[in-house]
Amino acid sequence: MNIRNIPREAILGLVIVALCGVIAARFPAFVRPSNLLSVATDTAPLIMLALGQFAVILTRCIDLSVAANLALTGMICALLNMAMPGFPMVLMLALALVIGAFLGAVNGVLVWKVGIPPIVVTLGTMTVFRGIIFLLSGGSWVNAHEMSDSFTQFPRIPFLGIELLAWIAVIAVAGVYLLVTRTPLGRAFYAVGGNPHAAVYTGIDVGKTQFLAFVLSGALAGMTGYLWVARYAVAYVEIANGFELDVVAACVIGGVAIAGGAGSVGGVVLGALFLGVIKNALPVVNISPFWQLAISGAAIIIAVALNARSNRPKGRIILKKAEHSHEPV
Amino acid sequence: MSLSETHADMTEASGTRSIPDRLTSPLRRNLLGWESLLLIVGIAIFILNSFASPYFLSAWSLSDATFNFTEKAMIAFAMALLIVAGEIDLSVASIIALASTAMGAAATAGAGTPVLVLIGLGTGLLCGAFNGALVTRLGLPSIVVTIGTMSLFRGISYIVLGDGAYRGYPATFQWFGQGYVFWVISFEFALFAVLAVIFGILLHKTNFGRAVYAVGNNPTAALFSGIRVPRVKMTLFLLTGLMSGVAAICLTARLGSTRPSIALGMELEVVTMVVLGGVSILGGAGSIPGVVIAAFVLGLVTFGLGLLNVPGIVMSIFTGALLIGVIALPRLVAQWRR
Repeated sequence: MNIRNIPREAILGLVIVALCGVIAARFPAFVRPSNLLSVATDTAPLIMLALGQFAVILTRCIDLSVAANLALTGMICALLNMAMPGFPMVLMLALALVIGAFLGAVNGVLVWKVGIPPIVVTLGTMTVFRGIIFLLSGGSWVNAHEMSDSFTQFPRIPFLGIELLAWIAVIAVAGVYLLVTRTPLGRAFYAVGGNPHAAVYTGIDVGKTQFLAFVLSGALAGMTGYLWVARYAVAYVEIANGFELDVVAACVIGGVAIAGGAGSVGGVVLGALFLGVIKNALPVVNISPFWQLAISGAAIIIAVALNARSNRPKGRIILKKAEHSHEPV
Repeated sequence: MSLSETHADMTEASGTRSIPDRLTSPLRRNLLGWESLLLIVGIAIFILNSFASPYFLSAWSLSDATFNFTEKAMIAFAMALLIVAGEIDLSVASIIALASTAMGAAATAGAGTPVLVLIGLGTGLLCGAFNGALVTRLGLPSIVVTIGTMSLFRGISYIVLGDGAYRGYPATFQWFGQGYVFWVISFEFALFAVLAVIFGILLHKTNFGRAVYAVGNNPTAALFSGIRVPRVKMTLFLLTGLMSGVAAICLTARLGSTRPSIALGMELEVVTMVVLGGVSILGGAGSIPGVVIAAFVLGLVTFGLGLLNVPGIVMSIFTGALLIGVIALPRLVAQWRR
């Protein structure tokens, strides 16, 4: 059977299982259900951010401000908790969602109404968001003892033996899955990325669709921001610094085409889990955590190289000779 | 961008499509538009700074200010060409980390200054070749490739160094980052000026420069007009890697030590500088004089705010807002006029 006919999700799933198998051969404790569950829970923030990034990349944009959005929303939540310890946590979660969505909307408006390329917009807002955290917090940390117990315990509330954080990620996965496969907006995400000109002719507002993708990405990042700060019980300017690259990496490994219009929720989740397994396995197999960066970098390159082999664009080469002459030396 | 706009204007104005015998030189056209706007911003910041702090207007403090941008600008020149050609390299800061680590390892083993310089440049070239090969041979999008190599290159530094550092650089080596050529003119600033001229000539006065614009505007058309598109792109990735190696030498020599987190996040500042300089992130348009002015503007902003004791992270609000604002403003004005 041709390897190209096997769905990417299946290959990625097998790679993850094989990876776990190799680790389990020497460290059986790694594949205990309780440990696998904690790996999945650890990966929940990455999954949620990757889902938002997935929608954005589908529409041919990129959102580099997600980690800064997460940090800013997390800091706002932490400061609010300091000022009003009694503020209900469900409302806090909703508030984080709204703040995140607003920050995403700022990106979206700049892309939609002003027409600035997304990479420039989000590079800019990324630094601006981090700067705002500093202005709000005065550069100081919000530590565990300054947060109320209900604030820090909220993501850890168990339900059927699984932490609330993981449940929220499950809901987010289900929600985004339904959104992209069952709604007109989901179709629009694919259409805009697949062929923007054709999308216009079918009556889709390209800019507005991109705007909504940014709002979705921002909302998920904001919600994760609260959960992140609560789970690790600390908020400061640099939390989740560089996390946006992990998020893009999860999408790319999951088979989302950076040129837009192609990818699946299943792939994104598996891409995030792949990075999560590696991150959690390194300390177990006694490899210095310093290896993690290089491994995830290599994983991105291999994943994108494998992606490209299956759908490499065929150039129109008129002269066969010319094909060889323009190869780089 | 400006090229296509010019065409669109002509088509609208005359009603028929007219193709000029000779385009106005990109240098002259750009100097009248974006660069002059940027220059005004730069002068305004300069004047504001000299009022805001009594320490600003002195030869030595201005000389110090140049260190804020010289290393970034060296990379920005090559990056400008790369972005004009429609590609991008986000791994430049990681190349600095890897090159610096390689030099540190060699210095610890007792290598002399000339060897260290060769190792720095060689590592940069190798990294550039790796990026270029992935982009041109496998046809991968450069943004994803370089996000990957960004983690990979710095990751190798982390594997080698962990939480340690290299320090023992020879005294002669430190001249590249701390030496002065003439009075207040540092070696780094002199190198920056020479490179600005070289890259300006390369982009605006050579066939290769024309090819870079052609590739950025329409790679397919460029291919059919006989330009070896992959070779142009490969050359630009090599050049960007090489300049990252040069920046690594200067930065390492200036700091006198290497940690794996060296130059963390610098790629974003370099891209900001290039885009602020009027280079279209979509490719096909931009100029080296623009990047030079943008380097000065960013350097003055950070230095001026630094003199006022504004923390670095708050400065980033200014640079971020400047990046968006400077690009949004002309677009908003154009929308408002319509």
